[in-house]
Amino acid sequence: MIFISSRLSPITLRRLAAFKANRRARASLWLFGVLFIVSLFAELIANDKPLVMKYDGQWYIPLLVDYPETEFGGFLPTRTDYLDPFVQQQISDHGWALWPIIPYSYQTLDMLMTRPSPAPPDRRHWLGTDDQGRDVLARVIYGFRLSVAFALALTAGSLVLGVVAGGVQGYFGGKVDLIGQRITEIWSGLPVLFLLIILASFVQPGFWWLLGIMLLFSWLGLVDIVRAEFLRARNLEYVRAAKAMGLPSRLIMWRHVLPNAMVATLTFIPFLFTGAIGTLTALDFLGFGLPPGAPSLGELAAQGKNNLHAPWLGITAFMTLAIMLSLLVFIGEGLRDAFDPRHVKQQQPPAQETKHA
Amino acid sequence: MPSHANNAQPLLRLSEFCVSFDGNVVVDSLSLTVNAGETLAIVGESGSGKSVSALGAINLLPDNAKVSGQRWLEETDLNQLGKRDWNDIRGNQVGFIFQEPMTSLNPLHRIGKQIGETLRLHQGLSGQAARTRAKALLEQVKLPRPDELLDAWPHQLSGGQRQRVMIAMAIANNPALLIADEPTTALDVTVQQEILALLKELRDHHGMGVLFISHDLNLVRRHADRICVMYQGKIQETGSVADVFNNPQSDYTKALIAAEPEGRPAEPADTTPLLTTRQLSVSFKRPRTGLFQRQPPAFEALKATDLTIAPGETLGIVGESGSGKTTLASAVMRLVASQGEVILGNATLSQLSGDTLRRQRHRLQMVFQDPYGALSPRMPVFDIVSEGLQFHYPNLTNAEVTERVHRTLREVGLPESCAARYPHEFSGGQRQRIAVARAIILEPELLVLDEPTSALDRTVQKQLVTLLRELQARRQLSYLFISHDLAVVRAMAHRIMVLKDGDVIEQGDCLEVLAAPQHPYTKALIEAAHLH
Repeated sequence: MIFISSRLSPITLRRLAAFKANRRARASLWLFGVLFIVSLFAELIANDKPLVMKYDGQWYIPLLVDYPETEFGGFLPTRTDYLDPFVQQQISDHGWALWPIIPYSYQTLDMLMTRPSPAPPDRRHWLGTDDQGRDVLARVIYGFRLSVAFALALTAGSLVLGVVAGGVQGYFGGKVDLIGQRITEIWSGLPVLFLLIILASFVQPGFWWLLGIMLLFSWLGLVDIVRAEFLRARNLEYVRAAKAMGLPSRLIMWRHVLPNAMVATLTFIPFLFTGAIGTLTALDFLGFGLPPGAPSLGELAAQGKNNLHAPWLGITAFMTLAIMLSLLVFIGEGLRDAFDPRHVKQQQPPAQETKHA
Repeated sequence: MPSHANNAQPLLRLSEFCVSFDGNVVVDSLSLTVNAGETLAIVGESGSGKSVSALGAINLLPDNAKVSGQRWLEETDLNQLGKRDWNDIRGNQVGFIFQEPMTSLNPLHRIGKQIGETLRLHQGLSGQAARTRAKALLEQVKLPRPDELLDAWPHQLSGGQRQRVMIAMAIANNPALLIADEPTTALDVTVQQEILALLKELRDHHGMGVLFISHDLNLVRRHADRICVMYQGKIQETGSVADVFNNPQSDYTKALIAAEPEGRPAEPADTTPLLTTRQLSVSFKRPRTGLFQRQPPAFEALKATDLTIAPGETLGIVGESGSGKTTLASAVMRLVASQGEVILGNATLSQLSGDTLRRQRHRLQMVFQDPYGALSPRMPVFDIVSEGLQFHYPNLTNAEVTERVHRTLREVGLPESCAARYPHEFSGGQRQRIAVARAIILEPELLVLDEPTSALDRTVQKQLVTLLRELQARRQLSYLFISHDLAVVRAMAHRIMVLKDGDVIEQGDCLEVLAAPQHPYTKALIEAAHLH
C-alpha cells in the first residue's frame, strides 16, 4: 500500500480519501463489485449441469466437457440432459454429482413443472419461472452479467472515441475544431432508435451488433466535455512550457493535457454506464434488442408487463434494475464529489488549501 | 504628510487578536489601532496573515475560522455583535476595497445600480435620489463622464476605472474606517499612483481612518502614516513610517527593507548577436461584427520590431499590461504565428516548422510568470525537469538522466531530494527555481523570462535575480527579460526596450534610459516606480 501511495500523485490520494470518506458511495462500490464478480461466475452458480461428478469410479466435469448420454447408460448419443430423471437416477446409483446452488441455466426449460408457467416462487424456483418455464433467478444472474458487460464495453469504447475526438478538436482548435464540431452536431442528429429498428429488420441483432451501433453514437456525449477541458488546458503555462520544450503534440496531449481532462471525463463515466444499461434494457423491452432466449432484464420486464397476473416477474425486473442503477448512481455521486475541489475543501483544513489554490 | 494623529481618536482597536483555522494559528495576538484621519499600513509577504487580520476584524472569514481577542470599532465592542448588526456596520461604518477590480463588481448589473444598492441598504435612498448621489460619488472619485458611466456595464471600464467605482461604493455611506486590501496590486504602476492619491485625498476630506494592506514597501513608504510589519501571523514592528524605515528594529524588517533587487549583471564578452529579429510583428484577426459586415482590420499586438541580443547579454522588455511584452516573447519562442524573421545563431527559426523546429527548441527556453501554473501538478519534480531532456536526448541512460537532473537542481539551489516530490510541496520561489531548472537542463543559448519575479515576494525576487545573474555568468546565457518592475529590470538588464501598445517607443542602455528617459511615457513609468 505504501508503494502504491508513493506512486500516486497527492491530488489522486486526496480524491481517494474523499471517496473513501463517502460511506454510501464506498458501500455501493463494494456491493456492486461483489455482485459483478459473483455474476462473472454465473456458470458455477446457476447451471443445468453438475460442476463435477463421479460415475463408476471415474471423474467427469460436465461444466466444461459435453458427454453423450450413452456414457451414463442412456440410449441416444446426444448431449446429456442432466435434469432428466432417468440420468439423475443413474448418477445417484453409480456415484455422486456436485450441483450448482441453482440447478437451472438461463435457458433451461423446467420440464418437470407441476404447475403452469409462469409459476410463482417456491422452493424449486426461488423467484418463480417466466412464461416459458425458465428459472427467473438464473435469468437475472445472467442478465445482470450481460448488462454490466455490455455497459462496460460500451463505456470503454465511447471513452476512447470521445476522448480522441474531443481531445483533437480542443487541442488544435481553429478549423479542426470548427469542422469537427459541425460533424459531431450532424452525427448526433441521426435517430439512433430508428437505425436500430431498421437494423433489426434485416439482421438478427446480437450483442456485438448492438454494441457496434450504440458505440457509433454514445461517444458524442463525451466530446463536448473533453473538448472544453482540452481547450482550457492548452493555454495553461505548463502546456506552453512543454510546447516550448519541443515536445510533439501527441506527447503533450498524452502527458500534460489528458490527465487534467480526465477529471471531468471520469465523473461522467458512471452516468454513461447507467445510460448504457438503461438503453439496452429499453431495446430489449421493445423487442429490438438481444435475440430471443438471451438472458435480458428488458425481456423480463416485458414479460412482467404481459403477465400482470404473475407479479414476481415485474417486481424482480424492477428491483434488479432499480438496485443496479441506484448503486451506480451512488458510486457516480461519490466520484463526482471526490473530484470536486470545493467538496474536498470542506474536509481539509482550508489554511493548507489556500496554499495550493 | 498631513497627520491627524495628534488629536488621535482611536477608530479601530484590536488587542490580543488571534485567528485560527481548524487549529492552525494564522494570526497570533495582534494588537493595533487605527486613528481617525490616518493611514495605518499592514505590510508583510504573502501568507503573513495581513488580509486575514483585516477580514477577521470585520467578521468576513469563513465559518471554520476561529477569532478571539478584543475588537473595538469606536465605542462598539465588535465581539458582541449579532448577524444583523454586522450588516449594518459593513458598508456603512466600514468600507472595503478588494484587490481584484476585475472580479469584485457584478458583471450583470450596471455601475449605477451597484452603487445604488449600498445607498438603498444603508441610507434608504432610491430612484432619483440614489442616482444623484451615485453620480456625485463618481465625480468624487474623479471618473470622467459620470452620467454615462452610471449606465455602463463593468466590462466597459478599465481596471483603474473599476477600482475607482469600488472606492465610490466603499465611501458611499461616509464610512469612518476604510479597509483597502492591496487596492492597487492588480493595476499598472501609473494607474496605481492615481488611485493612491485619490484615496489620500478622500481620507483627508472625510477624516476617515484607512487600514491599508500591502506587500509593496515602496507604496507604503509614500502613502502611509504608520506601519505595522507582519511576519508569519505575528507583528514584528509598529511605528511611524519614518521610524520604521530609517531605524528598523527587527531583523525581518531590516531584511524586508534591504530586499530591493540590487547589483548589475556581468558585461557580455562577445558582441556578435545570438538572437536577431527583423520586422517581427504579430497581429490577431478580429471577428466580423455581423455576417455581411466587412472583416475589421487585424489587431496589431506587436508592430514590426527589430532586436538583437548578444551571448551573455540581457535585453529587458518594459511596459504596462497590454503593451505586447508577452506577445513579443511568444513570437520569439515561435509559440504564436508571426510575420518577420527570427534568427538564432545559424538557424532562421521563422522558416522552420514541424519537427525541424522542435529539434531546435532546446536552444531557446522559456520561464513563465506564474510559478503555480507553470508546473504540471500531477508530475513529480524529477519528471518535470527531465521531460525535455529525455525527448531531445533519447540515448541518455537512466543513470545519466538522473545525474543531470540532480546536477541541475543543485545549480538552481535546490536539494537533490526534492526530485521525488510534487510541485505543491514547494513555495513560489522554489517552484520558479524548478521552472528555471527545467529550462536550463537543455543547455539553451537563450532564455526568455516572462515576468519571472512578479508573482514572488521581494526577498524571494532578490534571490532569484541573483541566481539568474550567476547562471548567466557561468553559462554565457542570453536573456530576454520581460518585466513591468523597473527595479528588477535595472538589476538584470544590460539594455532595455520600452513597449507601448505593441510599439517600441524607446530603447538603449539600461542605466542611460533609466537616468535620462527621452519619451514622456518612459518618464511617467520611471516616475511611478520611484527607483532609489
